[in-house]
Amino acid sequence: MSQSETRREFLYLAAGGMGVVGAGAAAWPLINSMNPAADTLAVSTIEVQIGTIQPGQAITSMWRGQPVFIRRRTPEEIAKAREIDAKVDTLRDKQTDEQRTTRPEWIIVVGTCTHLGCIPQGQKSTEMRGEYGGWFCPCHGSVYDTSGRIMAGPAPRNLDVPPITFVTDTLIRIG
Amino acid sequence: MSGLHNSEFKNPVIRWVDERLPVFTMLVKEYGVFPAPRNFNYFWNFGAIALFMLVTMIASGVVLAMNYAANTAIAFDSVERIMRDVNGGWLLRYIHSNGASFFFIAVYIHMFRGLYYGSYKKPRELLWMFGVLIFLLMMATAFMGYVLPWGQMSFWGAKVITSLFSAVPLVGDSVTTWLWGGFAVDNPTLNRFFALHYLLPFVIFAVVFLHIAALHITGSNNPLGIEPKGPQDTIPFHPYYTAKDTFGLVVFIMVYCLFVFWMPDALGHPDNYTPANPMVTPPHIVPEWYFLPFYAILRAVTFDIGIPFTDVVFIEAKLGGVIAMFGSIAIMFVLPWLDTHPVRSARFRPWFRLNVFLLVIAFLALGYVGAHPPEAPYIYIGQVASIYYFAFFLVILPVLSRKEKALPLPASIADAVLGNRKVVMALLAALFMMPMATPAVAAEGTTEIKHIEWPHKAWNGTYDRAAAQRGFQVYKEVCAACHSMRLLSYRNLTGIGFSEAEVKAIAKEYMVNDIPDENGDIKERPAIPADHFKSPFANDNAAKAANNGALPPDLSLIVKAREGHEDYIYSLLTGYTEPPADFVMMPGLSYNKAFAGHQIAMPAPIASDGQVTYADGTHASIDQMAQDVAQFLAWASDPHMEERKQLGVKVMIFLAVFAGILYAVKRRVWRDLH
Repeated sequence: MSQSETRREFLYLAAGGMGVVGAGAAAWPLINSMNPAADTLAVSTIEVQIGTIQPGQAITSMWRGQPVFIRRRTPEEIAKAREIDAKVDTLRDKQTDEQRTTRPEWIIVVGTCTHLGCIPQGQKSTEMRGEYGGWFCPCHGSVYDTSGRIMAGPAPRNLDVPPITFVTDTLIRIG
Repeated sequence: MSGLHNSEFKNPVIRWVDERLPVFTMLVKEYGVFPAPRNFNYFWNFGAIALFMLVTMIASGVVLAMNYAANTAIAFDSVERIMRDVNGGWLLRYIHSNGASFFFIAVYIHMFRGLYYGSYKKPRELLWMFGVLIFLLMMATAFMGYVLPWGQMSFWGAKVITSLFSAVPLVGDSVTTWLWGGFAVDNPTLNRFFALHYLLPFVIFAVVFLHIAALHITGSNNPLGIEPKGPQDTIPFHPYYTAKDTFGLVVFIMVYCLFVFWMPDALGHPDNYTPANPMVTPPHIVPEWYFLPFYAILRAVTFDIGIPFTDVVFIEAKLGGVIAMFGSIAIMFVLPWLDTHPVRSARFRPWFRLNVFLLVIAFLALGYVGAHPPEAPYIYIGQVASIYYFAFFLVILPVLSRKEKALPLPASIADAVLGNRKVVMALLAALFMMPMATPAVAAEGTTEIKHIEWPHKAWNGTYDRAAAQRGFQVYKEVCAACHSMRLLSYRNLTGIGFSEAEVKAIAKEYMVNDIPDENGDIKERPAIPADHFKSPFANDNAAKAANNGALPPDLSLIVKAREGHEDYIYSLLTGYTEPPADFVMMPGLSYNKAFAGHQIAMPAPIASDGQVTYADGTHASIDQMAQDVAQFLAWASDPHMEERKQLGVKVMIFLAVFAGILYAVKRRVWRDLH
């Protein structure tokens, strides 16, 4: 190619390249505006007071639009979870209780069945908890233990554990 | 109707599609090899620019609609949420609001081109009429779009314009009730305006398709107004006009971006940053600049039409105005039959050219009049300009069609010399000036607004965080007793330099209502950063009751919502003095030099030095506190200002480089021809 032709090719390439970059830069704000807005992100982290919860009691909080089960376990419930640890290899979703808790007294899980999304029962002692004393999902019969692990029924995974920080002994931060 | 189209493309994928639907063949035919006159000037760019603006408005609009709520209770707040919380929401909103203005700028220039060069004449009459239809649809779309933010101008503009329909005899009131969906502009009106505002742009898109299709049958006009006589008079659209149009488009976008990034509210009205209040009419109801000439024509008819010296009225002034306003647009439809002179281009018709310029001046004058209150001398100027406007179409054009002796036409396009640039530039300048004709409306009497060179107003300005924090302290300790700032959340305070921990501590000082407990009782809890600023009163009525019937306005947007902006806030806070000797004060009000009418219900809020003890030790003089509050409120109205200007710099640099390269491309492409 002559020098004039190479210069022309470069010019057209530069113009075309800038056009593509410009179009991408223009498209980005349109796409990014669909990501969660600042007010949604602001409530993506919540703090919950847990000082008044007695052993054996549970409360339900809302976090990122979903229920979160916060249960203070009795020593028996902790022991039951640890017993199942011994046969962790037989579980559908192999996790030990220690992997799922920061402090053994407190089990905090997202209250959404990992099958098709119903809210399992078991927060109140009057509700069905299933044979492992954890939670029971009435929709299709998934059974969870006191660590929120799937023991029986169609759910594929243990109840999800959200990111937890103990700000103080009586205040947790979720998310 | 049998089998595949015979495609000439080699690429197998393109060929497969093209055989079944010859879009690629069509593109090459209509935009590749399509013969266009070789002598287009830059006026011919504006059709493509208008199409770009239509696409920009649809793209930004669809994304805005994902966050907008068309309900009178939350519409205003949903727009502010877009401005403050949605990622890049402020940018999308300003692109859309300024995009409307620039869409009209492009279309007005495009229409001027059509008028001046006779592009409406045979065989392009239908093309012209589709264009007028597009203009009408644009006006409807823009009108409804402006109502959506549900500000004061949104509501009152909607009320005034929809009320026009009540002027129609017999059915007027029923039609107006039908339009409103009720007995006044209210929620049903807003909802249907949103639905229609979303719909019409796609109707516009369809009519644009017809407009371009009609153009491709007749071919384009050109500055000489004579038809191409052979291939020596034309050039293929690609690459000549693709290169030239892209360059012109980028220059246009640069001007557009100047507004979006540095003057995003210049073409709007501060009153629209005040939520709609059906009980309070703004002092001056003004439409957006692109409607001003037609608004002036509407208001020019101040007299009833009937039998003189009797009480017999055929057409009331109100109806007369409506007829004149719609007539001024309807008349454009029949332009091809009003001007039947055989010569197209104004270049060869000196009398026509003079009158076109007079029409432009009349149109600009009408725009100027429309922005002002309907008093002398504006009414008279408006009436004279309106008379000229109609005379141009109904009298001058038909007379010139028969009487005007045109200058001799060149033999062909290829023969002719290209035209006079200076005229073009002067006109473009005039047309760009039209949006700026909207003056800041002066308040009654003379109010004293002191001007300060706020550092954050510079093209690369940043907020003085120390001043804003002090201003926040003054707000907390003085203003918050009566004034809410409900659009701000405590977490926003990190924007003026508070740390997350400080923000949490500030929020905790306030008790807000919790969600109802199991018994349905509402208890209180300390606020968290995500909460909005707590309002001092539970609702507007409580606020009014505690303040002698006057409602202390919310301060979240006050700097944007007042003419004079920060200067006004500062001047108001420092403007309390004793009234002049002859001034009659109403009981319970205070004299203020900056307030319209000089009598304000709020007693001087910062009345003494040291009223607040600043945390950073700065001496809190009245002047200092006033400036600090003004800066805090400026930030509160526009928390993304710094990001906006910084992004603007990057965008302008990119566009300038891009424009330079495109100009080089254009010159290179056109080199063989020149």
